[in-house]
Amino acid sequence: MAMEKFIKHTGTAIPLRRSNVDTDQIIPAVYLKRVTRSGFEDGLFAAWRNDPEFVLNQPQYKSGTILVAGPEFGTGSSREHAVWALQNYGFKVVISSRFADIFRGNSLKGGLLTVILPQEAVEAIWTTIENDPATSITVDLETRTVSYGSTTIAFELDDYTRWRLMEGLDDIGLTLKHTDAIDSFEAKRPAYKPKTLPIRI
Amino acid sequence: MGKTLAEKIWEDHVVRSADGEPDLLYIDLQLVHEVTSAQAFDGLRLAGRKVRRPDLTIATEDHNTPTLDILKPIADPVSKLQIDTLRNNAKEFGIRIHSLGDADQGVVHVVGPQLGITQPGMTIVCGDSHTSTHGAFGAIAFGIGTSEVEHVLATQTLPSSRPKTMAINVEGSLKPGVTAKDIILAIIAQIGTGGGQGYIIEYRGSAIRELSMEGRMTVCNMSIEAGARAGLIAPDQKTFDYIKGKPHAPEDFEAAQKYWETLFTDSDAKFDVEITLDGNTLEPFVTWGTNPGQGLPLNASVPNPAEIKDSEERGAAERALEYMGLTAGTPLKNIAIDTVFLGSCTNGRIEDLRAAASVIEGKKIAPKVRMLVVPGSERVRQQAMKEGLDKVFLDFGAEWRNAGCSMCLGMNPDQLSVGERSASTSNRNFEGRQGKGGRTHLVSPLVAAATAIRGTLSSPADL
Repeated sequence: MAMEKFIKHTGTAIPLRRSNVDTDQIIPAVYLKRVTRSGFEDGLFAAWRNDPEFVLNQPQYKSGTILVAGPEFGTGSSREHAVWALQNYGFKVVISSRFADIFRGNSLKGGLLTVILPQEAVEAIWTTIENDPATSITVDLETRTVSYGSTTIAFELDDYTRWRLMEGLDDIGLTLKHTDAIDSFEAKRPAYKPKTLPIRI
Repeated sequence: MGKTLAEKIWEDHVVRSADGEPDLLYIDLQLVHEVTSAQAFDGLRLAGRKVRRPDLTIATEDHNTPTLDILKPIADPVSKLQIDTLRNNAKEFGIRIHSLGDADQGVVHVVGPQLGITQPGMTIVCGDSHTSTHGAFGAIAFGIGTSEVEHVLATQTLPSSRPKTMAINVEGSLKPGVTAKDIILAIIAQIGTGGGQGYIIEYRGSAIRELSMEGRMTVCNMSIEAGARAGLIAPDQKTFDYIKGKPHAPEDFEAAQKYWETLFTDSDAKFDVEITLDGNTLEPFVTWGTNPGQGLPLNASVPNPAEIKDSEERGAAERALEYMGLTAGTPLKNIAIDTVFLGSCTNGRIEDLRAAASVIEGKKIAPKVRMLVVPGSERVRQQAMKEGLDKVFLDFGAEWRNAGCSMCLGMNPDQLSVGERSASTSNRNFEGRQGKGGRTHLVSPLVAAATAIRGTLSSPADL
């Protein structure tokens, strides 16, 4: 699927002061039954959404588009629905000091930018946005920086992923340019490698 | 310098590599299920693409399926649509599917090995994080998201960055009553839920070699719970014997085995990280918290968060105890359980059922405790019935169900209710994982069985 280009995003941020926010917290399994890529926002943080104190329910954070979470965000399942739920809700960026591998892979495939910052920087952003929820934060992929007020923090992202996000490129389309290489690899695969068809019982 | 097992398999699958780009990796097998595939097939349709290799693809229904009345139409219309969508997609794209009621239906990670389609030296993916299970055969097997599912369907390849390598050596011999599940729970408690991030773990050492293939699958299955992308074990005679005679075992077995025998870590290879655990001193392990790293030996007590130095971990422990309704200092063995779940891709194979049955045989379930026995596949169910295990479970007072993921993730009607507490042989104790408000303690099949007898977390030694 082609995705929207990501070059720069400016918005307000929401502090999620929890570590190990796993994929079952992001979206519980009972919400995974849809066969579309949209409509998953109702399941986002479903178990916490009934609590009026939960940060997403606080009026000052209603329009946030950047989620600032504790370490080990997205551990657990491979469900890309977790990324879709965050995007469907309106998030463009998630900032954390550590992301689970599969979640991070899914996010960068789908155009939800996950930014890794040192935990001290995350803490500093938490403090800032708790003091002033209207703080405007810019995440710039061109310069690979997060900035707010007079603070600018650099983050790392490999050139290839950055290029793909900035161009909004379809990964499959990129791979299909190398069909010849796939063909010649396939021609050399050993005959003993298993096949699912024809069915053997 | 020599190579690690993971490096050898990786290099055998690189279709293309270029500076500054991820390797393009050939995928030998993709397993498909209903929950993470619908949007991928939709993407193919939208772009007018086909499935490149239907003969390297196989689908089954497991996550969302009922375990009772499986031949009746599925009651929940949304679940039914998801299952019907998979069936239609399999038909449209020419993919083999094992549907409810079929002899080879079951949890996707139980089905692959029992068909003999999971073999050493392969790359295997599935839109499910527990794909790491297949690493038990000496394969690189990992979970992927739906965009990647579509990518593999279309190209049979996946752009992937080469992970770092970690060795976890478990030396010694396990004491009686200590199982593969206890090994992996102890490992996760030691390295944490993020300890394996960015790594492929190779499990090594005498305690690993002594495990059966099914035990090895249990260990590799939970690699993801330590944050690792994959976990694997070098194939040996046990691996070859397990595959021999399976429906999809290689016709030219000798040629295959000759390759498989090259799949080990060279003695002069270097891992990025090495960790060692003493298998001799391991005890039955249970989790007390809400992530799989929050585990302790069964003889321990609920930890006191105030004694945890790291502030993040302390906060997490405080929240976990609140959610779990536990008080610091309570002996774990005093924790009363409402439900015992025996099943899942972690512990739903025939050896798991046999182990639990051997503990409960001739006994009665504790009052007010319910026990669900959900075989990992229809074949496991049939085998268990052939051995009379269904009767053992039913006489004990447990429920004997049809195959599927069931209460491991509570996507079908098999769920915990608010505040209900389970001892579960599955892989995740996340908040609400088994049902909103449900409280999960991860255990081995032996501990699950002993717990069902006593009504409190117990091992067979307590009986």
